[in-house]
Amino acid sequence: MKRMGIAHCSVLALVLLAIPLRAQQSPGTTTSTIPSATAATPETPRTVNDRLKELDQKVTAAQYSADNAWMLVSAALVLMMTGPGLALFYGGLVRQKNVLAIMMQSFGLMALITVLWALVGYSLCFGGDGHFIGNFQMALLRGVGAAPNPDYAGTIPQSTFMVYQLMFAIITPALITGATAERMKFSSTVLFMTLWFLIVYAPMAHMVWGKGGFLNAAIGGRFPTLDFAGGTVVHITSGVSALICALYLGKRVGYPKQPMPPHNLVLSFIGACLLWVGWFGFNAGSALASNGLASSAFVATHFGAAAAALGWALAEWMKNGRPSALGAISGAVAGLVAITPAAGFVGPMPALAIGFIAGLFCFWMVTKFKAIFGYDDALDAFGVHGAGGTIGALLTGVFAQAVINPIFGDGRAVGGLDGHWGQVGNQVVGVLIAWVLAILGTIVILKVVDVTTGLRVSEEQEVEGLDITLHGEEGYNLEA
Amino acid sequence: MMKIEAIIQPSRFESVKDALLEIGVEGMTVTEVRGHGRQKGHTEVYRGREYTVDLLPKVKVEVVLPDVLVNRAVDAILKSAKTGKIGDGKIFLSRVEEAIRIRNEERGESAL
Repeated sequence: MKRMGIAHCSVLALVLLAIPLRAQQSPGTTTSTIPSATAATPETPRTVNDRLKELDQKVTAAQYSADNAWMLVSAALVLMMTGPGLALFYGGLVRQKNVLAIMMQSFGLMALITVLWALVGYSLCFGGDGHFIGNFQMALLRGVGAAPNPDYAGTIPQSTFMVYQLMFAIITPALITGATAERMKFSSTVLFMTLWFLIVYAPMAHMVWGKGGFLNAAIGGRFPTLDFAGGTVVHITSGVSALICALYLGKRVGYPKQPMPPHNLVLSFIGACLLWVGWFGFNAGSALASNGLASSAFVATHFGAAAAALGWALAEWMKNGRPSALGAISGAVAGLVAITPAAGFVGPMPALAIGFIAGLFCFWMVTKFKAIFGYDDALDAFGVHGAGGTIGALLTGVFAQAVINPIFGDGRAVGGLDGHWGQVGNQVVGVLIAWVLAILGTIVILKVVDVTTGLRVSEEQEVEGLDITLHGEEGYNLEA
Repeated sequence: MMKIEAIIQPSRFESVKDALLEIGVEGMTVTEVRGHGRQKGHTEVYRGREYTVDLLPKVKVEVVLPDVLVNRAVDAILKSAKTGKIGDGKIFLSRVEEAIRIRNEERGESAL
């Protein structure tokens, strides 16, 4: 523990020193204040102009208030996706002896990433206007308060935007735990995730969503990649990293001969449903306002999930003769992953198409592809998130339309359906960058963690179970 | 004193319990077990991976009886547990050395 703590701190220090501290940038545009809904009314008779001005302020305040309410709810929904959504989904899929360990990883990240975000994370993702990474301008959340940040979400307090984005930063590394399940040490998970967040997530988030970001579609990136809610930033990075981790860590003891069926699909079912509902915050909330785009993204999200559940179930029905509950819920999750980059850019019918395709594709990835190459991606983090995110990002280029979201300016074509097939090329660039960053970053981090804390538990610990050996607890004491 | 150990289909348990009570059996121990004889298991599929489950759920009923009741008990179990299909289970008989009631340390057949 002590050795890990010192190693952890020194690596963190080295990483922070290595990022050049940029000079304090002067705040670009003026930050607007949220107009007060209660204007002081003097008792002298007021002119029509005064009253119009007051009315204008009240209307704007009402919109701001609606936006903020929606965004705060969305932030809560996204956090719910991690805890308990993902925790339950993954928890049910592992063997009984490891249920607490996998949940502890998600829960631990809820705490760990929050602290990192507050210290430097938000700033590294959204500070400044660099092409590839943010800066330390907003470290310790300096300047982040009730005033909106017009670069990102001009109608809500920056604190709301900050905390909303935090929930994304939490769930992304949590997804990776699906590949390393049942054999990775908790201490190495903590170190790995800290480094992964700084080295892979922050740059990707900045490139796609940050001002000046290389791939930013909204604020003039070099290769504008359409990624409404994080198909590349969240799913491809985590899914591909998951694959690398699975390959590096190696297979679980007994895999694939020994049967390791899910110990409690009821938990997974509940988790999947919480993920579906929470995803409305993830996708529709990415509109950053309570408006028509949020509604459109909400609908697309839901339709994508539904079509994908049917797609996967249909594939299973045809291949195995019967649809399974696990298949249906896995399908829904795959559809939600695929629609994530597309949610605010595509119409409802394309959303159905994207979902259905993802359901079939991810089913194939998880059954056939995985069997061919034989890697132990224990809970299919790559098969669902890596693959689903990739196909979703590419299909976004095909199906995006200006009529849904004129992101490149009024009247300008967005995606293939508008005739702008070059957008698919941009999507490919974004996808490739996500893949490469994930692969290279993860390999480096795995090596570092391997030589500091070590990655895998011992064989005895793995056989006895992580709950008892790493946490001294049992998930179920039903005879007590 | 004889012990009857009957491994039966879970769906037949209520019948067997009632049948034993009817002939005057006053105590039994019931356990949920898994096992198989010649009955084949079933295949489960999770995310494309197949698992054959050979161990099937059964119920084990154990009763210790005075010799005079044994034949009637065996008949009662046979009648209530039988479905005629593979997987119905088995009955084992063994002799019991001694029985002691914990409450008052009574021994022998009166302890049953």
